[in-house]
Amino acid sequence: MKEFTYERATSAEQAAVKARQTPGAKFIAGGTNLLDLMKLEIETPQHLIDVNGLGFDKFESTPEGGLRIGALVTNTALAADMRIRRDYAVLSRALLAGASGQLRNKATTAGNLLQRTRCPYFYDTNQPCNKRSPGSGCAAIAGFSRQLGVLGVSDACIATHPSDMAVAMRALDAEVETIDPEGKTRRIPVADLHRLPGDTPHLETTLGPGELITAVTLPPPIGGQHVYRKVRDRASYAFALVSVAAVLQRDGSGRVAIGGIAPKPWRVEAAETELPRGPKAFAARLLADAKPTASNAFKVPLVERTVAAAINEARQP
Amino acid sequence: MKNIHRRIRAARKNLRAAWELFCGGTVAQSRAAHEERSGEDMPKSELEVSRRRLLAAGTAAAMIGAAPHAQAQSRPANQKASPQRSVSFEVNGKPCSLQLDTRTTLLDALREHLRLTGTKKGCDHGQCGACTVIVNGVRINSCLTLAVMHEGDRITTIEGLGQPEHLHPMQAAFVKHDGYQCGYCTPGQICSAVAVLDEIKAGIPSHVSVDLTASPEITNIEVRERMSGNICRCGAYSNIAEAIAEVAGSKS
Repeated sequence: MKEFTYERATSAEQAAVKARQTPGAKFIAGGTNLLDLMKLEIETPQHLIDVNGLGFDKFESTPEGGLRIGALVTNTALAADMRIRRDYAVLSRALLAGASGQLRNKATTAGNLLQRTRCPYFYDTNQPCNKRSPGSGCAAIAGFSRQLGVLGVSDACIATHPSDMAVAMRALDAEVETIDPEGKTRRIPVADLHRLPGDTPHLETTLGPGELITAVTLPPPIGGQHVYRKVRDRASYAFALVSVAAVLQRDGSGRVAIGGIAPKPWRVEAAETELPRGPKAFAARLLADAKPTASNAFKVPLVERTVAAAINEARQP
Repeated sequence: MKNIHRRIRAARKNLRAAWELFCGGTVAQSRAAHEERSGEDMPKSELEVSRRRLLAAGTAAAMIGAAPHAQAQSRPANQKASPQRSVSFEVNGKPCSLQLDTRTTLLDALREHLRLTGTKKGCDHGQCGACTVIVNGVRINSCLTLAVMHEGDRITTIEGLGQPEHLHPMQAAFVKHDGYQCGYCTPGQICSAVAVLDEIKAGIPSHVSVDLTASPEITNIEVRERMSGNICRCGAYSNIAEAIAEVAGSKS
């Protein structure tokens, strides 16, 4: 691991200013992904700003009837909160389908959104990777790409966003609250937080320099049947090949976001209008622009089947 | 000739440094400790043998790159020392204060600085669970957290759960049910298992909980799902599950 200096942030504004001013500075919260990458020297921050202790570990009801989740709420605390389990069950289910008990106890809400891809070529520092080392090329496209993306990908990068939580948040139309070094706050829909790779796969979010996530806001509950269905290589503690976060209403309408297939949680509102016609019509619309590799072409039919399974699950009494 | 003497002096100095690094004290301290233990003078030959072993150990450590202190010592004088920071926390009920390289994980602080080697380093990347400890009542991977981030925390390791003369019920159950083979993952399994039962008691649901809003029950499938972050390469899972079931008072 490369050397770094360390400080504990005293306020969100101070942390944001410090992060912008200090060369090579990064925020650290749970650290479960950042430290993993620092040990491999994929991440080499020169300065760490520990934002634990800023008090962003609470839930608040919003005036609109939604719920504001502090950025530092752990994945376990979020999954276990009774309001989430009752009114936003798809989010609780998604969180519980991810990682291990130990990791969920440490990983935070904002950290989960900002985690990096698990593309094996991003992790292997002997391989070219445009995300890790811009301009070096992509070893994944012609390589072992079974886990990688089929939508939103580019000739420079086919990495996927690995989060389960973010897929459910996308289905729920969650928004991220941030503060920047000027002390200005703003709300960013989760849909707009992650960038597509294009020619610059190393730029992953729309956050500005020093901008710090302080909370995630959920709109008022929308009812319906909540299902999170995850297909993976083993029954527990593995990343998704395909996952489906669905909130389905009795009239056949609903919202469906897909994980494991793109650089961000993938949701196409236009495809959702096809839901009453069934999973085949929905998947055909959703996957119209899919660009699979030979190794991950199986994900295209797998999305349709997983959506079909999720719809069936929602219909169970 | 003068050059040779200088090189011998340098080699001796290196040997003393290596001794201190691997044996946690000076040669004189080691000799004194041996004499105190055995009540007799440490024969010179034993010290020589130890030195040879030490050299072999040092070579092996250098080959696998496991001697960060040695690297720090060989740093040129004009380079700044790596950033240090002090931290105080409580380990197994005892307060301790450490001055650490900021890079030190909680796992390395426990094993290398506090000599609590019960907690094991497996993958060092949060994938195997061998390093599981309980911090403020919650299980975490000690390899994926910096020691300096634990100011004021209460840390419980396998040594704090129980000792051979007074085992924690979970330790006793692992022995009774043969919940291990090589034993390397066992401290992590036991710390995790103790915390899993607390998590179920606290009503935290899991991926396999059928009713998300109900209180979870302690069943075999619940325990297996919740223990999935602890890998056992010997495959003692069924016995581990039986040990946990016994402590939970459940047979299902």
